Amino acid sequence: MAETTVSPTIQEEKEEWFGKKERKLLIDPIDNDNPVTVQVLGVCSALAVTTMVEPALIMAVSVTLVTGFSNLIISLMRKGIPKQIRMIVQLVVIAFLVTVVEQVLKAYNYEVWNKLSVFIGLIITNCIVMGRLEAYAMANKPWRSFLDGIGNGAGYGLILIIIAVIREITGKGALMGWKIIGPSPDYLINTQTSALFGWYQPNGLMVLPASALFLVGILIWIQRSRNRKLVDVS
Amino acid sequence: MGDLINVFFKSAFIENMVLSYFIGMCSFLAVSKSVKTAVGLGGAVIFVLALTVPINWLISVPILGADGIFGTDLTFLRFILFIATIAASVQLVEMAVEKYSPSLYNALGIFLPLITVNCAILGAALFMVAREYDFAEATVYGIGSGIGWAIAIIAMAAIREKIRYSNVPAPLRGLGIAFILTGLMGIAFMSLMGINPANYLN
Repeated sequence: MAETTVSPTIQEEKEEWFGKKERKLLIDPIDNDNPVTVQVLGVCSALAVTTMVEPALIMAVSVTLVTGFSNLIISLMRKGIPKQIRMIVQLVVIAFLVTVVEQVLKAYNYEVWNKLSVFIGLIITNCIVMGRLEAYAMANKPWRSFLDGIGNGAGYGLILIIIAVIREITGKGALMGWKIIGPSPDYLINTQTSALFGWYQPNGLMVLPASALFLVGILIWIQRSRNRKLVDVS
Repeated sequence: MGDLINVFFKSAFIENMVLSYFIGMCSFLAVSKSVKTAVGLGGAVIFVLALTVPINWLISVPILGADGIFGTDLTFLRFILFIATIAASVQLVEMAVEKYSPSLYNALGIFLPLITVNCAILGAALFMVAREYDFAEATVYGIGSGIGWAIAIIAMAAIREKIRYSNVPAPLRGLGIAFILTGLMGIAFMSLMGINPANYLN
């Protein structure tokens, strides 16, 4: 973001198709600058789709596409947008992209569309999209903005998928709808006969919304114990 | 009447926006550091929700619906129209409040414009569509979910003011503990699930 102050000649020198800086834009948001656990953006709504992996995966892909392309479009238009009405312009671009994503999903995977219901629409007000537009796309070139959007969407999707995997396995004994562990012969590991996993019980708490919040809290704890720089000093 | 009270209770407590759908978490986490500001934002959210949910109902059913004035199903346009309505009404409310009640305007401060991008507002409008409420139910739902959101953020702010004096492990401080507290509050609110006001009224 310090790039705005860099003079044009130096910027041209650095301009690469996929150099170190571009790679950093993609990788950073996955851990050190994760939108959910570090920037606190985009926690809204999407956690509600993490009871199972499949909707979480589709949600992650949708958010990544919307952040990537809205960053790209806004970055292309950034010089023509008057400061006072930029919010409205951004919202219209995001709403358009989300509508496209929703219609495609409705056409090709009606079941998941039904399950996600309002949460696809809520990508519009997901702070991560607007946050990246304000913080990056309004001041940077299109290709880098696009990478920044994809990176942040992926960092966000990663958290979503980690939580969904934990919740689906411990709560339902399944993964992506395949039955992994449970008390009947349909499951891969049958707890009624298996000597090793006889103790297993599905954990009803993991299906409740509260468990997603606990898991995010614990993820933040783990991340910040590994990386002391991120600890909140206030 | 029993139906409306049921919708109100359900939206305010049992299916609380923040605690069971995580809607509006961003401002919930960012603005819940002191009770005073939480009350200001909570009030503004109740006000805007009570205004925009009925307006969005008028847009989605009589205008965009299959039996609406255009005679075709235009519901795919609802995202853009909803967000435009919300942005416009927040702007109007802001101007009206500034003109007629400068003291309230100062109290709400920057929270009013920020409400446009609060997921709770758009979320309530989309839930209202998904659950096929009629006009009266939509209005009550708007007020109820606003009150639920306000209760959640005020309670959270009160807890966070106290927790400053507790010895939380350093990596969990701030954001981490806020998530865990929200989860605990969600479990507490779930205990209201068995209450169905309609049973007591008929």
